[in-house]
Amino acid sequence: MTEKVTIEKKVLSENDKIAASLREQFKQKGIFAINLVSSPGSGKTSLLEKTISKLQADYKIALVAGDVQTENDANRLIKAGGEMVRPIVTGGACHLDANMVNNVISNFDLDNIDLFVIENVGNLVCPSSYDLGEDMKVVLISTTEGDDKPLKYPGMFRRSSVMVVNKTDLLGFSDFELSKVKENARQINGQLTVFETSCKTGEGVDKWLEWLKQQIAAKRNML
Amino acid sequence: MHELSIASQVLHTVLNECDQKGYSKVVTVALQIGALTDIVPSALTFGFDILKKDTLLHNTELTIEQVPVTGKCNCCNKQFKVKEFVFVCPYCQAVDITLEKGDELDIAYLEIDE
Repeated sequence: MTEKVTIEKKVLSENDKIAASLREQFKQKGIFAINLVSSPGSGKTSLLEKTISKLQADYKIALVAGDVQTENDANRLIKAGGEMVRPIVTGGACHLDANMVNNVISNFDLDNIDLFVIENVGNLVCPSSYDLGEDMKVVLISTTEGDDKPLKYPGMFRRSSVMVVNKTDLLGFSDFELSKVKENARQINGQLTVFETSCKTGEGVDKWLEWLKQQIAAKRNML
Repeated sequence: MHELSIASQVLHTVLNECDQKGYSKVVTVALQIGALTDIVPSALTFGFDILKKDTLLHNTELTIEQVPVTGKCNCCNKQFKVKEFVFVCPYCQAVDITLEKGDELDIAYLEIDE
């Protein structure tokens, strides 16, 4: 005889448990944490290089750089002046999970951090399912991609709080239209905060940095 | 392609459940998967069928119920089905929408052979 047993368990409950513990640690220490996601090559590392060089003097920034292979991104962040950088080489996995972040967290002195950035593996699908304990996801898109990306990857744009449109110096060289990407993103997620940056010329980066500073202060004030 | 790691989590969770509750034969594992999770059911089943070999669940079938996305407008409070992932209220065109369903990645129930 067959019996139906209700279990109602989340498939990723183990991941979510670890993520909740990370989130609690960030909260206890007043650390603002972001999970930075994008396609490969949109400019996550470039934006972080800019962020480090401009904020390093006043803020203590911890960075975790995820990649399928190589520690190249982590090395770039160290070269840019990053003092607290740890690579996570997934060895094939297309996303970071909470356990991978948890495994490197002991390398950081959480009493001495204002901003914790997790640079995810370049991928707009898989990372969206995995909570890493961050305060918010920041999704980056560049002007050399299609302006319909928010419609193609709704899960990621829906779960993100911020969209950064990068490589604005290349606007006009492709069919990408700023107004279209914003409208497409608005249809998926009307609450998205949007920034436009060029990591090449530095244009627009200040607005991103100002916003980051406000978020860092707000998190600290919750202590 | 994170279906394989999701399949591995499903297998792990159900095997744990069998261990704790003493189930010896699981006929079906029923999943509820929201459309917003970007998970391809056939890829998930494919992964599960590979991983289940040589385990207690080698004869277990996966059934997947796909949950459509529904939202609630925070301006006019109406509920609606979200078509093509466009989170715009069809009644008042507002974009301040709370996701009600479509984000699930749950094991709903097991069918056990006693």
